[in-house]
Amino acid sequence: MANSSQHEAYWNKTKNLMLVMLALWFFFSFVIHMFVDALNNITILGFPLGFYMAAQGSLIAFVIMLFWFARKQNAIDEEYGMSEDN
Amino acid sequence: MASTTGGGDSFTANLGRVYTLYTGGFIAFIILMAILGAIGVPNVVIGYMFMGFTILIYAVIGIMSRTMQVGEYYVAGRRVPAIYNGMATGADWMSGASFVGMAGTLYLLGYDGLAYVVGWTGGYVLVAILVAPYLRKFGAYTVPDFLAARYGGNLARFIGIVVLFSCSFTYVVAQIYATGIIASRFLGLNFSVAVYVGLAGILVCSMLGGMRAVTWTQVAQYIVLIIAYLIPAIWMSTAKTGVPIPQIMYGSALENISALEAAQGISPGHIVPFAHGGFDAKNYFLLIVCLMVGTASLPHILMRYFTTPSVREARVSVAWSLLFIFILYFTAPAYAAFAKWTMLDLVASGLTPDNIAEKAGWLMRWAAADGTMVQICGKAAVDAAAVAAACSEAGVTGNLAFSDITLNADMIVLATPEMAGMPYVISGLVAAGGLAAALSTADGLLLAIANALSHDIYYKMIDQNAPTSRRLVVSRALLVVVAALAAYTASTRPADILSMVAWAFSLAAAGLFPALVLGVWWKRTTSAGAICGMIAGFGITVLYLIGTQYGFDLTKGTGDEWAMWWGVKNVSAAAFGLPVGFAVMIIVSLLTKAPSKEMQDFIDEVRVPRGKTLMEEKTT
Repeated sequence: MANSSQHEAYWNKTKNLMLVMLALWFFFSFVIHMFVDALNNITILGFPLGFYMAAQGSLIAFVIMLFWFARKQNAIDEEYGMSEDN
Repeated sequence: MASTTGGGDSFTANLGRVYTLYTGGFIAFIILMAILGAIGVPNVVIGYMFMGFTILIYAVIGIMSRTMQVGEYYVAGRRVPAIYNGMATGADWMSGASFVGMAGTLYLLGYDGLAYVVGWTGGYVLVAILVAPYLRKFGAYTVPDFLAARYGGNLARFIGIVVLFSCSFTYVVAQIYATGIIASRFLGLNFSVAVYVGLAGILVCSMLGGMRAVTWTQVAQYIVLIIAYLIPAIWMSTAKTGVPIPQIMYGSALENISALEAAQGISPGHIVPFAHGGFDAKNYFLLIVCLMVGTASLPHILMRYFTTPSVREARVSVAWSLLFIFILYFTAPAYAAFAKWTMLDLVASGLTPDNIAEKAGWLMRWAAADGTMVQICGKAAVDAAAVAAACSEAGVTGNLAFSDITLNADMIVLATPEMAGMPYVISGLVAAGGLAAALSTADGLLLAIANALSHDIYYKMIDQNAPTSRRLVVSRALLVVVAALAAYTASTRPADILSMVAWAFSLAAAGLFPALVLGVWWKRTTSAGAICGMIAGFGITVLYLIGTQYGFDLTKGTGDEWAMWWGVKNVSAAAFGLPVGFAVMIIVSLLTKAPSKEMQDFIDEVRVPRGKTLMEEKTT
């Protein structure tokens, strides 16, 4: 184990990234769909926007979030020398 | 993609080439079948060839991947590259119900069915950020392994096994049931026989090679199921709008649906939120929560991430999994919209009992195969005379209305090729896809159950000195026993089992999620706290499910069923189990002595990718 202050800094950064992801997850899972009626007044390509967000929009956000998260967390691992190659 | 192949395994080194060749071969096979169909080969022959050819491929992969090594058997040697593990997880995840039932549910429930689409995708965010990388670092073979290591031994392990078994077994029965339905509809077999045919298909994939064989067949099954799902949707989109991108073009399908619904006086419309099937806003959001948290707790999904070469690959692999799942799930609402548009058009063209056999003969064929699939005017629509009799009895004169025709959610995907007038080869393809989805999920579930019994109960709790060869023999024997038991249960056509599948998510969520998450993220969680929390959360969920569904006499419909608490449907039972589980776990942990220094160091080790896996296994 590396010295514990480095470990603590690493874990704080990891935790912050987790919280950011959790907030985004909460937004796209719940908050956006609470406004479905208002969003349905906007129509794009035939899609009422509220319907679209539940059918595709949130899903696309989840996929992008996960690839971004994998990169970001890996960068944190490397910054603190915690990745598996070290 | 970085792929740590290692061991000079020529198969893992050539994965890209093998699966490209396989995909090309499968497409060539579809074209061959289309030609055979066009020159007049009977439909049932084409059906048999689709089933036979795909099952043969899975069997060949299963036999080629046979192994006698423990690490290969339980975690595929931990060298499955992220992208392939993503595909395998996609097939593992998308069950017969996702493939066969999801678009049907969206067809019936409109906007409110989207709770399943959002819930079954967003859960992967929780898998990636809270659970999977840490379990991979720990180096478990099964989920109960982690619980035992973190929470001081076999009591926690045993509770984990109980939760695992109760959520996985009903699920696997439903998969075998689905293979039985597909085989009986497309091969004309008796249902009870068809169930055992499905069982054989499942066992050839998993028995000889364990996780290694299941992984490589699941990749093959993903390719079959995604092709089978996309082609009919693309076909309908092209036929209806001229553009072969259903996911974009169904905007116009939605506009047409709304217009046709308005003209026919159908209310509430397809796109109206919180109005169908008893889904008010509260139940809609609670269902999303339960499905998401359940996703992050289902043992057969979590164990897929034990197979990646590294923690980093485990994270990337979750992202790939969701991408591959997304491809099907963002097509499902389009599938549903095009099918509904086709059906509304059919009704608008003036459908009467006199012309129905000519205009929509497929309705009668489905009703004849199973009377619950298609009902018109409240009776099984087995032929035109039955429709005429039922409708005159119900007082329906002249044209049938959309609401007079009741379709079962499970038939919509399978029947769409006929509904939209596609050649039979597409029906055969869709059946092969549904079969692939059901088989792949059943494999993953059976392996999760058999591994828990053989690794956790037999090896860890009964005989720690068992030699490797005997452990693997025990594991295979248990696999066959559990599979046969599940097939027997399915062959009795248990009516309730299908509705119980949705319960698996709530059971897993309430029983496992708090213990897994707090185990990594809160060092203060004690063994006593975790055990009490798991029992309380799981217990209250089981109690609510049984109480609201059956009442205390365990019989449905006898009038002693509980009223719903605050109007929460029991499909979201974890809405009570989760908060109770977390609360009990935290309170009891704070009341008991903090975990030892060794345990705190152990958690620190789990949190960083660097270093060896913590659970080293003797392999000889």
